[in-house]
Amino acid sequence: MSHACTLQVNGISYPLELDAGRTLLTVLRGELGLTGAKEGCDDSECGACMVLVDGRPVNSCSYLALQADGREITTVEGLAKGGELHPLQAAFLDEGGVQCGFCTPGMLISAEALLRRNPNPSEDEVRLALGGNLCRCTGYQKIARAVLAAAPGANA
Amino acid sequence: MTRGTYLEPASLDEALRLLAEHDGAALVAGGTDLVVGTRQGKRTLPETLVAIHRLPGLDGIAEEDGALAIGALATHDAIERSELVRGRWTALADASAIVGSPATRHVATLGGNLANASPAMETGAPLVVFGAEVELRGQGGSRTVPVEGLWAGPGRTTAAAGEMITGVRVPAPADGSGSAYVRLEYRRAMEIAVVGAAALVTIGAGAVSDARVALTAVAPTIVRSPAAEGALRGREPTAEAIAAAAAAVHDAATPISDVRGSDAYRRAMIEVMARRAIDVAARRAAGEAVPIPATMTVGGTR
Ligand SMILES: Cc1cc2nc3c(=O)[nH]c(=O)nc-3n(C[C@H](O)[C@H](O)[C@H](O)COP(=O)(O)OP(=O)(O)OC[C@H]3O[C@@H](n4cnc5c(N)ncnc54)[C@H](O)[C@@H]3O)c2cc1C
Ligand code: FES
Ligand code: FES
Repeated sequence: MSHACTLQVNGISYPLELDAGRTLLTVLRGELGLTGAKEGCDDSECGACMVLVDGRPVNSCSYLALQADGREITTVEGLAKGGELHPLQAAFLDEGGVQCGFCTPGMLISAEALLRRNPNPSEDEVRLALGGNLCRCTGYQKIARAVLAAAPGANA
Repeated sequence: MTRGTYLEPASLDEALRLLAEHDGAALVAGGTDLVVGTRQGKRTLPETLVAIHRLPGLDGIAEEDGALAIGALATHDAIERSELVRGRWTALADASAIVGSPATRHVATLGGNLANASPAMETGAPLVVFGAEVELRGQGGSRTVPVEGLWAGPGRTTAAAGEMITGVRVPAPADGSGSAYVRLEYRRAMEIAVVGAAALVTIGAGAVSDARVALTAVAPTIVRSPAAEGALRGREPTAEAIAAAAAAVHDAATPISDVRGSDAYRRAMIEVMARRAIDVAARRAAGEAVPIPATMTVGGTR
């Protein structure tokens, strides 16, 4: 049985008909063509699928799409504005926080969730906020440095 | 995967009616056990889902007549951040603060943690030492059970078909009390306790006037250790007294071997966790501000 719902993604409304068991990740990637969020483990271990739902980080591989009906969803595609990289994206490039890039969308989303709540985090706070995101390439040092560099409070 | 039916009631009454009408329907709150279990291939999604994550009025965290009242839909993130919980029911903040990752804590609920009835659940041992009561509601009305009476075994509760958890009531610890929860973990995030322990220690005139100790992941459900509690009462909370009490937890610990640890390792480590939990609880009872979560302060992974 399919169910009508509306997903609000990066400011755009998408009316959809979805089966009960569909995860948010498969809908974002399949129906909506937003392939920024990745499927790494598909069971809440790696964080590659991270998106914001009402500003909070959610593992979209393990979240029912219908539970996000009507809520504000942000994927990595929603971070850059008007062709300008988001400060976190720029910092990841500057600091060398991207290698293969598979974990990067999830890292950026978890970091964005942190900075919205805490504009001036300590390195410990950054590492805890990224605790649910695995990277197999960078060793995390450069990622942590990038988040600290992008923090609005960093130069205050 | 089942195509299934998804129902999202607008009120508690409607949720209870849907549960009663649809045989085998399952509640879904954050889905971090229910949906993740299906991703891991442990089970398939139930045919009918009743989604309660947006039910109004069930996510409160408030003081009512001196007790702490928490709604079933309160998230671990909200519990961890609540000044009320951190101040007087500290062991519960220690527990919610280490569930999963930030993303897990934002969606996962207290009601789901209790209903999932894992012997490794984080919030169980703290709620046991505080003597919490769980409110269950069905179409016929509501009833209250002591939290220890909620669990029937691993993954099983005593809730009747059609009943749901609406909230938890946690009595206030006596003045002069401190509490703590710690676990053994292999990784800082996305982790579940190998073993864990909660302690509530009340100190009056330099000696322990009351103590409660509960253990995680060493029995089919969360269990108390009467021997450890007895060993503390009337004693000064010295390092020796605390070590002796921790050594007494084996009365209640009957762990199994699984991929996360052997029974022998769990037996050895539960004593260490109990010692740390009692130690931090006693220090907090004496007014020391041991940071939350205690697991990270006293020897966890970083
Ligand atoms: C990556 C990851 C890490 C985790 N780490 C931890 C951890 O460190 N410690 C820990 O304890 N747990 C952990 N968990 C397990 C899980 O997050 C918690 O148990 C959580 O509190 C479950 O809440 P939920 O709202 O997501 O439950 P759901 O998955 O929505 O529901 C769980 C079960 O409870 C039932 N249920 C839900 N709400 C109610 C209610 N109000 N009344 C009756 N039944 C109900 C559901 O039908 C289902 O059977 C982890 C899970 C993941 C995916
Ligand atoms: S794909 Fe979702 S956490 Fe790994
Ligand atoms: S850059 Fe390759 S996984 Fe992180």
